[in-house]
Amino acid sequence: MLRFILRRVLQVIPVFVGSTLLVYFLVFSMAGNPIDALSGGKPISPAVVAQLTAQYHLDQPFIVQYGIFIKNLFTFNLGTSFSGRPIAAIIGQAFPVTARLAIMALAIEAIFGVTAGVIAGLRKGKLFDGTVLLASLVVIAIPTFVLGFLLQFVVGVKLGWAKPTVSSGADWGDLILPAVVLGLVSFAYVLRLTRTSILENMNADYVRTATAKGLSRPRVIMVHILRNSLIPVVTFLGADLGGLMGGAIVTEGIFNVPGVGNTLYRAVLSGEGPMVVSIVSILVLVFVLANLLVDLLYAWLDPRIRYA
Amino acid sequence: MSKDRVQITEEATSEPRPLLELRDLAITFDTSSGEVPAVRNANLTIMPGETVAIVGESGSGKSTTALAAIGLLPENGRVSGGRILFDGEDLTKADSKRIIELRGRSIGMVPQDPMSNLNPVWKIGYQVRETLRANNLARKDVDVQVAEVLADAGLPDAAQRAKQYPHEFSGGMRQRALIAIGLSCSPRLLIADEPTSALDVTVQRQILDHLATMTADLGTAVLLITHDLGLAAERAEKVVVMYKGRVVESGPALEILRNPQHPYTQRLVASAPSLASQRIKSAKSAGVKSADILTPESGATKAKSDDVIEVKNLTKVYKLRGGKGAGADFKAVDDVSFNIKRGTTLAVVGESGSGKSTVAKMVLNLEKPTGGNIIFDGIDLTALDKKALFNFRRRVQPIFQDPYGSLDPMYNIYRTIEEPLRVHGIGDKKSREAKVRELLDQVALPASSMRRFPNELSGGQRQRVAVARALALDPEIVICDEAVSALDVLVQAQILNLLADLQAELGLTYLFITHDLAVVRQIADHVCVMEKGKVVEAGTTDQVFNAPAEAYTRALLDAIPGSRLELRPEVA
Repeated sequence: MLRFILRRVLQVIPVFVGSTLLVYFLVFSMAGNPIDALSGGKPISPAVVAQLTAQYHLDQPFIVQYGIFIKNLFTFNLGTSFSGRPIAAIIGQAFPVTARLAIMALAIEAIFGVTAGVIAGLRKGKLFDGTVLLASLVVIAIPTFVLGFLLQFVVGVKLGWAKPTVSSGADWGDLILPAVVLGLVSFAYVLRLTRTSILENMNADYVRTATAKGLSRPRVIMVHILRNSLIPVVTFLGADLGGLMGGAIVTEGIFNVPGVGNTLYRAVLSGEGPMVVSIVSILVLVFVLANLLVDLLYAWLDPRIRYA
Repeated sequence: MSKDRVQITEEATSEPRPLLELRDLAITFDTSSGEVPAVRNANLTIMPGETVAIVGESGSGKSTTALAAIGLLPENGRVSGGRILFDGEDLTKADSKRIIELRGRSIGMVPQDPMSNLNPVWKIGYQVRETLRANNLARKDVDVQVAEVLADAGLPDAAQRAKQYPHEFSGGMRQRALIAIGLSCSPRLLIADEPTSALDVTVQRQILDHLATMTADLGTAVLLITHDLGLAAERAEKVVVMYKGRVVESGPALEILRNPQHPYTQRLVASAPSLASQRIKSAKSAGVKSADILTPESGATKAKSDDVIEVKNLTKVYKLRGGKGAGADFKAVDDVSFNIKRGTTLAVVGESGSGKSTVAKMVLNLEKPTGGNIIFDGIDLTALDKKALFNFRRRVQPIFQDPYGSLDPMYNIYRTIEEPLRVHGIGDKKSREAKVRELLDQVALPASSMRRFPNELSGGQRQRVAVARALALDPEIVICDEAVSALDVLVQAQILNLLADLQAELGLTYLFITHDLAVVRQIADHVCVMEKGKVVEAGTTDQVFNAPAEAYTRALLDAIPGSRLELRPEVA
């Protein structure tokens, strides 16, 4: 078990180096001069240009810049943004908001998705099953920006049940509506995955054997069908958490959520290399850790792969 | 009037009441194409403590009948007529609460496939414990009780083993765990659905012996379901033969074997491999030629009786990963040598893990030997270049075990058989089609099956297609890796006869890989017995069967179900 975790943690290193290098290179080769972008196209004195160039190491070759960046990353010295605020402070503000949003979205899709999926699977072909299958298909088919604006308008503006936009504090109550929008698509996938998995396991030989042992129906379902069926669902949810933590550019944009997605989007537009790469590096870490969590959960749920 | 009634009661008490009685049981399945009757008018009686076997091929309704008795029919199946009386109580009228009460405690079950019948995510001990708990039989020291139950089923070191997961168990051990679960609540009736068909013969025998001892001790009646008539006769007092959902014959086991009445039972007895004692003689070679096949050394074949395959000191070593310390080596095949004479059949026999399939793969040149040589018709296989290898492929063809897995489901039968011809650039479209027709005719399939897909054919038909595909290139050698193991006995007999006929007709040489000694008896001229990668005994089939020199060979022979029955009836 310990070896398994250790090996997985060591695997983070090449993934981290590889992905940051790639992102750094992409940002490095982005068209346009970042100082022009900073000045907004207005002429500035050569002295200021030289000073800024030195400050952001823009005159150094790629690999040296990357080296400096990695060094700074590990000393938590991320530098300042073009607006003069420390990048660490900006990220420190945006991440909790996105984390809150992600956890809420994940809770929504996990609780409702698994529950509805289990019921649909156990009642295959009945009314409930047909209804949720159709509904989930509709949800999957509608793009997020349509769904987002629709809910914002109907639930937020017309009915007034939830705030249509998020205030700068972005507390839990503010985030309900964006969390629903964000979780809705994955909810549909979780539902379908759970349902399929339940159906598959219901006909497994060991379920029949469990029944033959004299177990009650609820026990057969809880102990022998549910746990086995949740293995693929947990994998999906874990991977999804990584995705949600990366911030949802569209959803955060619609509801004006001051989260990671929004910040990243603005940084890309203004060509702020250090900011983009800093955020992406943290996202890579989050993603890798989320996947590690999935693998550990997976090994816990399915003993067959424990030492694999 | 009242006197009559008293007499009836007296009669009923003096005659013990049957434990399980099926009266005119009918079961139907609701399918997309309407109702399909699976079992019709099945009658069966089991007295307390008695062992009764239901024998039949797959699809005969034998499992369905037994599952109905414990209320475990698949969702779309239902009892559509008749009665299931368990100790006088009609289970077709019992509610689900009553059925759950009976399951485990009164009627236990040992299922067929030990690989899929234990939940992979729970420890063995847990799966035994919940059975005891569900039936309110758990003692305070339930862990000790679980270990006892497992130990009773013949699991060594049970207390430790209970803490392991199913995937850490071998097939035989899993089956013991399942037997432990089935018998943990000392049921009055045990339904054993092909309890050992997935296991090696020697393991099979140990498990059946153990099961017999345990059920005798507990006084448990057993309903044994099997496709193997020899096994049924050896283990059961009464045999019920089912065919296409009907009981066609029933009675004392030995009587049915000695004197089968129904034509189907007669065919079953005649083709039961475990009871056969003779090599199949091709109908076409029944005359003079048969002597050549049986004794190729006789000189009648002269130039043709050379060794077509010579295997010398063949060794295959696999590197095992993940072992502690340096990677351990695993010798799958250890210094194996044998020859096959042209036009004869050599059978390589062994249990799973004996290395027999690895030998086949190396002879097929699908796997490179670690050491040793394979000489095919004077050419050393280890030194073939690409072109020579391609030519070699044409001359040596395989038939594999699983007719469901070895045919491409997206290819129709014509394409499957024609593909090797096309790959090897033989003939044009027209002549290839003629060849496919000829091949289908040789394996006794109608030409109309050309346009069909594998899923439209039965297991036996698919295996015929596999044979036709193997023969398409007119090979000299056909390597059959468990080619009939997945088939029902009657179909198995048909395929074996087909192979024998083709051998006589085309002068084929067979390398037959199998775990089933009964099949060897019917098809092989020479036998190599393998154990743990080594050849432990080799000789002509008669020698090996009549006077086995090695203890291992004797154990294998003894373990053939029905081998101890001395009753070969003279069925023509």
